[in-house]
Amino acid sequence: MATTETMTLNMGPQHPSTHGVLRLVLELDGEVIVKVTPHIGFLHRGVEKLSEHRTYHQILPLTDRLDYLAPMSNNLGYILAVEKLMAVDVPERAETIRVIMNELTRLESHLVWLACHALDIGAMTVFIYAFRERETVMEIYELISGARMTSNYFRVGGLSQDVPDEFVKKVSDFIDSMPGYLDQYEGLLTTNPIWLKRTVGNGVISAEDAIEIGLTGPALRGSGVDWDLRRDNPYSGYDKYQFKVPTGENCDTFDRYKVRLIEMREACKIVRQGLDKLKPGPVLADFPQVCYPPKESVYNSIEGLIHHFKIASEGFAAPVGEVYQGVEAPKGELGYYIVSDGGNKPERLRIRPPSFVNLQAIEQMSVGSMIADLVAVIGTLDIVLGEIDR
Amino acid sequence: MAENNRAVLKLKEKFSASIIDVVEFRGEVTVTVAKESIIEILSFLKQSLQYNLLTDLTAVDYLGKKEERFMMVYLLYSIPNKDRLRIKTPVTEADCRIPTATQVWKTANWLEREVYDLFGITFDGHPDLRRILMADDWVGHPLRKDYPLQGPDREPYKGRLS
Repeated sequence: MATTETMTLNMGPQHPSTHGVLRLVLELDGEVIVKVTPHIGFLHRGVEKLSEHRTYHQILPLTDRLDYLAPMSNNLGYILAVEKLMAVDVPERAETIRVIMNELTRLESHLVWLACHALDIGAMTVFIYAFRERETVMEIYELISGARMTSNYFRVGGLSQDVPDEFVKKVSDFIDSMPGYLDQYEGLLTTNPIWLKRTVGNGVISAEDAIEIGLTGPALRGSGVDWDLRRDNPYSGYDKYQFKVPTGENCDTFDRYKVRLIEMREACKIVRQGLDKLKPGPVLADFPQVCYPPKESVYNSIEGLIHHFKIASEGFAAPVGEVYQGVEAPKGELGYYIVSDGGNKPERLRIRPPSFVNLQAIEQMSVGSMIADLVAVIGTLDIVLGEIDR
Repeated sequence: MAENNRAVLKLKEKFSASIIDVVEFRGEVTVTVAKESIIEILSFLKQSLQYNLLTDLTAVDYLGKKEERFMMVYLLYSIPNKDRLRIKTPVTEADCRIPTATQVWKTANWLEREVYDLFGITFDGHPDLRRILMADDWVGHPLRKDYPLQGPDREPYKGRLS
């Protein structure tokens, strides 16, 4: 009598399609997956522990190293949480630039997702195309913050500096050309029979299961749940922008693909509305207890220099209390939970990483399918290990 | 006001003996409850008040600042009503365990593993309580306040030498 037994296969942490250092231990029946056990933590840097030993301003550069494919969204979530704690009002121009940059970040993150997801499934051309457009976003990053990835551009109360003059034209040109590029990607993928075979019916998770396991962001909307923090719990003035929230119907990888592509088109529209709203004005709140002084006064007056020195070295004391701020990052709900004991450093800073919670669904979405389909599931979850391991 | 929050009203009606404290700060409502009835309260909030999404689950270490050393924090969100609620419950160092919330939300699985890993709080009834971020043979719980920032067996950082 023939007997069958399952085989254990190790996948990762050095594996191109695991998007970083994700290790999966698979139990296989032939080529069919019986069990998936993720092992994470290879990139653990102890950001939450480090934050307890830094002042509120000093934590900011740690945050853009979490999800390094969407640094500005990470900055924004943290900054909004601190601003809520300190009750700081942000000038309108700063808020508008934040929204513009946040949506460009969404475009950037989704471009990397599309590129890698398509490459994993075997469509190499899309990878090259999407990275071409991503380069433009990187250039805009460099233009305003001096860095291509670790932007560290926002400040408590506004921005580190105003945008240069060529910013508006560069962004405007980019979002004018973006819909054409999106058509190009869709032309390569949406009706491509190989793409359809690999994505339709892959990684199905129902809306109830998705909420139960805690999926957020495009992964949840792909399962047909109409929920977006930008619209439902608006922050940074998102309630003044018009945009659609796309949802899927079939809860599979193809629907999540469509949701993200529509989100990219909507992001272009939000950026356009932001550029139209952009009026001259201050970019940093006048709140000397908390905010840095403007650079001109630091360089030209002793009062400004003392002020800067005090804020940079000692920081500011926060009131006793606790706040949570969630933002709709490209990968899902990114939340910062700050507990303050009245000192200049947080008693506890908790980061709610969307990828960490979303990755939990990998077993539910891939058991019963082939190994090659698991690669598509990893791609569609759009994880980034810097954020999972923190 | 916190007193008029829909969840606080219902909780006061049903679990008045278990509620320790209700606070509102910056428009966010936090309810501190007794550890014994935590799962009952979380299930009630999920089933009857539509707090269907467990956004986050974490802990805070109040070493030397509070009588009960740890505070478990549950961040709930209601997708139909689009509002948040924070439930907290104290855990003492001597009895460093709490019932698991995995039967209420599957999300709690990894989040509780993380709290177990970094704070050393045990979750009774958890299906797979292993370390998640640190290595399996790691000693100690890094997010505890008495765990040194530099890690064990290392000189504390004294600033740059130059």
